[in-house]
Amino acid sequence: MPAKIAIDWLNACAGCEISIIDMGPRLLTVLDLVEFVHLPALMDHKYFNQMGDGKHLEMPEAAVGIITGSIRNEEHLEVALEMRKKCGAIIAMGTCATHGGIPALCNTFTTEQILEHYYSTETTDPHDERPSDGLPGLLDACYAVDEKIDVDILLPGCPPHSDQVFETLVAFLEGRPAVLRDKSVCDTCPTTREGKGKVKKLRRYLQAPEYENVNDGIDKMRCILEQGLLCMGPVTKAGCCGNEGDPRCISARVPCRGCYGPVEKDGNQRLDMLNALVSNGIDIASLPESSSMLRFTGAHGMLRPGGGRL
Amino acid sequence: MTTRTIKINPVTRIEGHATIAIELDDDGNVADSKVHFQSIRGFEKFVEGKPAEEIPRIVTRICGICPWHHHLASNKAVDRCFGVTPTTTGHKLRELIQTIAQAEDKLLHFFFLAAADFVIGPDADYAVRNVIGIAKANPELATRVVKMRYKAKMILENFAGKSIHPVAGVAGGFARPMSEEDRKWILSDMREIMDFALFTIDFAKKEVFPKYLDTIKVLGVINTGFIGTVDKDGALNLYDGDIRLMKPDGSYTDFDVQDYTDYLGEKVIPWSYGKFPYAKAWGEGFSLDLDAPKGIYRANTLARINVADKMATPRAQAELEEFRALFGRPAQATLLYHYARLIEEVYACEHAIELLEDPEITNPDVRAEVTPKAGRGVGCVEAPRGTLIHDYSTDENGLITRANLIVGTTHNLGPINMSVNQAARMLIKNGEVDEGILNKVEMSVRAYDP
Repeated sequence: MPAKIAIDWLNACAGCEISIIDMGPRLLTVLDLVEFVHLPALMDHKYFNQMGDGKHLEMPEAAVGIITGSIRNEEHLEVALEMRKKCGAIIAMGTCATHGGIPALCNTFTTEQILEHYYSTETTDPHDERPSDGLPGLLDACYAVDEKIDVDILLPGCPPHSDQVFETLVAFLEGRPAVLRDKSVCDTCPTTREGKGKVKKLRRYLQAPEYENVNDGIDKMRCILEQGLLCMGPVTKAGCCGNEGDPRCISARVPCRGCYGPVEKDGNQRLDMLNALVSNGIDIASLPESSSMLRFTGAHGMLRPGGGRL
Repeated sequence: MTTRTIKINPVTRIEGHATIAIELDDDGNVADSKVHFQSIRGFEKFVEGKPAEEIPRIVTRICGICPWHHHLASNKAVDRCFGVTPTTTGHKLRELIQTIAQAEDKLLHFFFLAAADFVIGPDADYAVRNVIGIAKANPELATRVVKMRYKAKMILENFAGKSIHPVAGVAGGFARPMSEEDRKWILSDMREIMDFALFTIDFAKKEVFPKYLDTIKVLGVINTGFIGTVDKDGALNLYDGDIRLMKPDGSYTDFDVQDYTDYLGEKVIPWSYGKFPYAKAWGEGFSLDLDAPKGIYRANTLARINVADKMATPRAQAELEEFRALFGRPAQATLLYHYARLIEEVYACEHAIELLEDPEITNPDVRAEVTPKAGRGVGCVEAPRGTLIHDYSTDENGLITRANLIVGTTHNLGPINMSVNQAARMLIKNGEVDEGILNKVEMSVRAYDP
């Protein structure tokens, strides 16, 4: 019997679903092992019966429910609660689900500020009232899934590499813990580190890091942070490179911005990074601002209007 | 008087979050319908205060299916804020990658999202009316589709680092040059994808569209204007050019996207978080009335095919001529979005190959020097789902002070409401409605690939 899987996207962008499809030929293997019972991106199961005449939002029973995206409105919350009820295990997939993700940057503003701006841009016509007819009400902030329901497995990444999606699914089906790279991005990064550098200030990412030849691997390039460009590798969970290979942004000669969230689930990327910079004698006033260091992890009260946790 | 409301929740096999409410009167006929667009995230607000050069790595999360297009429209806006012109090769690498991303996206939409309605059938059981059903019914085709799309995706991944939520576009150009070695394997892969694009359009023209011609001619058909980007010769361009805004009668105006606020407005609609853009420049106001729409135009594939005088590559041009001979210009039938999508697929593959054969593509000078400063910039590309506009202002430190976005899909929010209304009125009579009918109503949404 194939295992039943339900997948739903909440406050999400579909990148996680594309990462599932990016399993490529392995997707066909997965299709033999599982039966998707709910997956709005690819199939037509509906919340209120197929004819839309159900009284309550209803999800089918499943061995595992995968939730992508954060929880931002009343319907997201209802779907998450219903999935918790109907699914044997819940996987929070992607950094939005585990830590809020980029959309949780909204938590630096009140919902009123967000709406006020969106409905008054220069192209927006004057209007009497804001939309509400038939729409789910917004919550006061953007929440990670585990702030609202119990979660069994956390799989961060923006999006999680398809190797990790595959391994997480297969491990679940085989009843064992998934074998994923952990530690930090730096631990999977082969760039050359020479120890504490002479860098006293950080430059903004407006020029490429220096390296000799683009045909060489990044193992021939000096660590981007040691070159004076902010790279979040030291405080970011590893895994973006999948089972093997180099961190993906750095392989394009671009510094890491932390999309896998903190190394430890409850870590604080901003605090850890600022500490690391200070202990290396780098003037943190050289950074234009620091809330961007929490750009993937604004849920759990990390970002709040007018500040948030430091 | 409404006696019954039929809800389709969620609309499925689309990218975003939408629901449909169809209200029936006493006789069981359609009194009204609404498509509720439920997403609101506030990107325009929360990018404020961030360094502009970081924004192309943030706005990608607007859409995980088309992140490259947000990434590059954003880079173009930042270039303008900082007053920098990308190097020739930086520009070409961005265009190449965007074109390959377009080619990948169209395969995804046609086969993974839309095809089940045609290949399995609109009335089939929902449990098999999907890509998994196709994989079981036609494993040979499915294996080829999965492999080809994966190949396109891995070009982006292996050359540019990350393909979902990319990072390789940078203020002033591109993050890394293309080596001769890269050029060779990418060219070889693109030639294979080109063959598959030609197979796909032939397959659709022989096996898919003829069977559904009657449906194509009537389902979701509305009469609107169109928007898209053209080059200086009036040919379709996905990466750069002037915006062409065409009226339903086929007459048009071309404008520089820096002036978009003179041409486009957005209406706040009581039943949708997403605002509905309209053609303010036409001076006729806004109305979704099926018989007399006002200010309504459409974006995405059919729109681009309609506004363009021609295609810039030979095979796509031949396809366009065949299409126009059958359906005229502008073609209004909504399901023709699928056909237009496959013509664009041929163009995207041909154009990517042209760019890869350009000796300048391996020039190492990929990034111009950049200094943050105060400015304003509008960046625009054709995303798969339509004309995508990012408009930013920066302060003297190059931090964002204001942002406005008009995202590809949103141009079609009004038209999607109209198409659903048309389809529901046509299909639901005297209270008779079944799952197949409701799926056909959704097909009128899916064509827009929202």
